[in-house]
Amino acid sequence: MRRAIFPLACGAIVAMIALASLLAPWIAPYGETALVGDLWEGWSLAHPLGTDSIGRDLLSRLLFGTRNTVAVALAATLLSFTLGVILAFTAAVFQGWIDQVLSRSVDILMSIPTLIMALVVLSVLGTSIPVLIAVMAVLDSTRVFRLARALAVDVMALDFVETARLRGEGFWWFLRREILPNVTPTLLAEFGLRFSFAALFLSSLSFLGLGIRPPYADLGGMVKENANAITFGVAVPLVPAAMIALITVTVNALVDWHVRRATGPTGHG
Amino acid sequence: MTLVAVSVLIFAGTELLPGDVAQAILGQQATPDTLAAIRRDLRLDRPAYVRYLDWITGFVRGDLGRSLASGLPVIQLVSGRLQNTLTLALTAAVIAVPLSIVLGLYAALRRERFADRAISAVTLVLVSVPEFLIGYALMLALAVHLGWLPALSTLREGAGFLAWARALALPVLTLAAVVLAHTMRLARTAIVSVLSTDYIRMAELKGISPARIIVRHALPNALSPILSIVMLTLAYLVVGVVVVETVFNYSGMGKLMVDAVTARDVPLVQACGLIFASVYVVCNFLSDFLGILANPRLRHPK
Repeated sequence: MRRAIFPLACGAIVAMIALASLLAPWIAPYGETALVGDLWEGWSLAHPLGTDSIGRDLLSRLLFGTRNTVAVALAATLLSFTLGVILAFTAAVFQGWIDQVLSRSVDILMSIPTLIMALVVLSVLGTSIPVLIAVMAVLDSTRVFRLARALAVDVMALDFVETARLRGEGFWWFLRREILPNVTPTLLAEFGLRFSFAALFLSSLSFLGLGIRPPYADLGGMVKENANAITFGVAVPLVPAAMIALITVTVNALVDWHVRRATGPTGHG
Repeated sequence: MTLVAVSVLIFAGTELLPGDVAQAILGQQATPDTLAAIRRDLRLDRPAYVRYLDWITGFVRGDLGRSLASGLPVIQLVSGRLQNTLTLALTAAVIAVPLSIVLGLYAALRRERFADRAISAVTLVLVSVPEFLIGYALMLALAVHLGWLPALSTLREGAGFLAWARALALPVLTLAAVVLAHTMRLARTAIVSVLSTDYIRMAELKGISPARIIVRHALPNALSPILSIVMLTLAYLVVGVVVVETVFNYSGMGKLMVDAVTARDVPLVQACGLIFASVYVVCNFLSDFLGILANPRLRHPK
C-alpha cells in the first residue's frame, strides 16, 4: 500500500499543473506582460513570488509560462505521434521497399543530434510557434516511428492479422482494427515520456532564445530573461527551471508507475 | 556513408526548406535590388546540388566559407572555439565516466537496498531536470553564496593556469553531473543484468569470493555494454555543451552555434552543425565497433 501514495501525489501534481495551465488567464493575479513593480522585488503579499527582470509579476508569468510550454509541448507530441504512428503502421502493413525507405530515412535523421538539427532548421525558418511545433514534431516522430514500427511488426505476424489479410481488408482496417488496439497501452506510456521530453526540449530551445519569443512567457525563456539575477544572489531563474523539472519528473514518475503496474513486478523494484 | 547522408541532410535543412537566406540576412531592409545583389554574392543562383558539392568539397579541404555576419572565414571562428569545447567536454568525461561506472557497480551490488534506492532517486531527478537548472543552482551555491568560483567562464588570453581551471570548473561540474546521472543509470542496468545471469549464480554457489566474481566473471561480460555506454555518453556531451556553454557564457562551439542561429548566419550554422553531427556519428560508430570487439558473439549477426 505504501507504494500507492507516491503515484497518487504525482497524479495530483500533474492534474494541478494541467488545471493551472487551462485556467491561467483567470487565476493569474496580473496580466502576462503587465509591468506591475520594480525589478526583482522580493516575495510579498502583492507578489507572492516577487517580480522578474523588468518588473512583471513572477507568479503570473509562471502560470502563463506553464500554460504556453505545456500547450506547445502537447501540440508537438500529438503531431509527432500522429505522424510517427501512421508512417510506422504504413511501413509495417506494406513492408517491402516502403518499409526500407521509411526506416532508412528515420535512421539518417536520428543520426544527427535532435538539438543540433533543430538549430540548423530554425536558423533558416525562424521561430514562430507553428514552425516550432512542426520542427519538434518531425524530429520527435523518428523515435515514435521506431517504437511503433517494432510494435506493429510484431502484431502483423500474429494469426488473426493473417486472417484479415486473407479476407482482403484495406490499410485503414489494419490500422484501426488490428494494430491500434494491440499497441495502445505501450504507446500511451511512450506518449507521457515523449511529452516530458518535448517540454524539456522546448525549454532548452527557449532558453537558448530560439523557442517561444518574448514577451510571451515560457518557462525556458523566463530562465533566460532572469539569468542575470543569479549573480546578485537572487534565485528567480531557479523558479521556472524548477517548474520544468516538476513537470518532467512527475510525468516520468507516473509513466513509470503505469508501466510497472501494467507489466507486474519485474524484480527491479 | 552515414556522414555523407548527414551532410546532405544538414545542407538540405538550410537550403531546400521554404525560407530565403537572402531575405533572412536583410530582414526588414530587403529591397528587390539588394536581394538580387546578395543572391549574386552568395551565388545562390546556381542549382542546389552544385552548391552542395562545392560546400562539401570545401569542408573536406578545411575551407568552410565565410561567415555572413562578420565576414571572417568560418574556419578562423571555429578552430579556437572547437578547442575550448573539446577541453570542456573531455574534462567532464574524464571525471564523470569512471565515477559513474564505480557508482553503477556499487548500486548494482547493493540493489534494492538503501544506497541503491538513494542513488537511483537522485539520478532519476538529475536526468529529468533541464541542464540549466543544475547549472544555475551550482552557480548560485558555489559562485555567488560561497564565492569559491567565478560565475561566468569568460576565458581571457594569457590568464594563468589556475584562473583558467577556476573558469572551467563550474561548466565542467554541471556537465559532469548531467552525464554522470545518465551514464550511471545505464551502467547500473547493464551490471544488474549481468549479475542476474546463471553463471554468476553458479560462481557464487561455488564459493568464489565476491571480488573475484566481479573482476573475473562480471566485468568481462559487462564490458561491451559499458563501452558502448561510454561512447553514447560522449555523444550526449556533444549536445549537452550547447546549453551549458550558454549558461556560463563559455566561448565554445555551442555558444558560437547558438549565436550564429540567432544572427541567421547560415554558413556558420551549417559548419557548426556538420561538426557536431560528425562527432556524434563517429561516437555512435565507435560505440558499435567497440561493443563488437568486446563481445565476439555480436560478430556473427543472425
